[in-house]
Amino acid sequence: MANSSVADQEGQVMLLGFWFSPFVKRVEWALKFKGIEYDFVEEDSTNKSALLLNSNPIHKRVPVLIHSGNPIAESLVIIEYIDETWKQSPILPEEPYERAMARFWASFIEQKVTEPTRAALFSQGEQQEKKVKEIKEAMEVVEGEAKAKLNDKTLFFGGGNGVGYVDIVLGWTCNWMETIEEVGGFKVLDPESQPQFHKWMANFREVPFIKPTLEPKEKLVEFFRMVRQDRLGLVANE
Amino acid sequence: MADEIMLLDWWSSMFGMRVRIALVEKGLKYESREEDLNNKSPLLLEMNPVHTKIPVLIHNGKPICESPIIVEYIDEVWKDKSPLLPTDPYQRAHARFWADYIDNKIFQLGGKIWTRKGEDQEAAKKELMECLKILEGELGEKPFFGGENFGFVDVSLVTFSCWFYAYESFGNFSIEAECPKLIAWTKRCLQKSSVSSSLPDPLKIHDFVVQLRKKFGIE
Repeated sequence: MANSSVADQEGQVMLLGFWFSPFVKRVEWALKFKGIEYDFVEEDSTNKSALLLNSNPIHKRVPVLIHSGNPIAESLVIIEYIDETWKQSPILPEEPYERAMARFWASFIEQKVTEPTRAALFSQGEQQEKKVKEIKEAMEVVEGEAKAKLNDKTLFFGGGNGVGYVDIVLGWTCNWMETIEEVGGFKVLDPESQPQFHKWMANFREVPFIKPTLEPKEKLVEFFRMVRQDRLGLVANE
Repeated sequence: MADEIMLLDWWSSMFGMRVRIALVEKGLKYESREEDLNNKSPLLLEMNPVHTKIPVLIHNGKPICESPIIVEYIDEVWKDKSPLLPTDPYQRAHARFWADYIDNKIFQLGGKIWTRKGEDQEAAKKELMECLKILEGELGEKPFFGGENFGFVDVSLVTFSCWFYAYESFGNFSIEAECPKLIAWTKRCLQKSSVSSSLPDPLKIHDFVVQLRKKFGIE
């Protein structure tokens, strides 16, 4: 039992995902951060494979990590699994209280930034306004935390020059947020009221293993515009 | 130095109950403070400024919030007694997955059952039963979700069991009829003193919901 994770480190790693998914990208960032080799399987969102449906029968969605044939689903669960299985380049802090703080911020980001942004993408009018208000309020908290934790020597929430769990969880904002703003027709990013957050985004984008993974904005905008129209049943020229 | 542990709590909160169970499992002494959720204490506002919600665990003056995070923290700090999460990373991931599933489904669906009527209520009932059946399937023939031992997923789900009677009364259905193995599991859990001492009487919860419905004008 104690040696199983050592043996497992040699097992095949497969990631089922979509090129456009921020949840999938997070898992890729965790894998790349640790230098783990993996096979990426591009799923078809309109025609999910038997492998995906069998690996994640409860949610039937990506990302799914399959390690030595064992499937793990839900991006945050996968990242913790990766961190516990491969010990190099730790993602979460060692100390229990610091770990609890990292998990707290990850949970806050998911509940108050990620989920409302997804909801704002797929809504309009009053419903969307409500979500946009929620995101703006959450961004104030994020800016507050960035002001408290980051400075010229500490570029990332992971401490110092290295990214950590919170950075990886929040990282989707550096690319997808502008895309979703444009497609959804709203604004939550504001360099004037969010200077530290914008500094953090700029630094995150430049991290050597992150930079090449970021999809061009035009490609994302085109794709998400189509997805939003599809979901809302909008006419193409609206 | 002896550990100072305080729990900011509310008696009917399934989330607070989870922390109570974990603390008792680990044999820890702690001070419990009942919050008035209509008049939150300065301590709560200071310790959880982001969410201003209970439960909050305060360990030697440092606050930890969000029940799954608190339970993992307790499990990591006091790791030598009654481990709640397994040591194997894959099994840990499995446990976290199911705890996350429970967190995303049961509270909202249960809440809809006693706050809504008609089609809304029926839809919530149907979905809740589907989720409970899925969880019953995950339990399978094991005594606990954690296997031979009571674990993280058991802690996450069992605290809803004292709310089942209220859900069933207002939703007019029987959970035991469709998920007998799950109800058997709740009874098994209640045999543990950590669980029986942490969960209030379902009748008390029911009466509390009656009061809430009056307060919110739901009839």
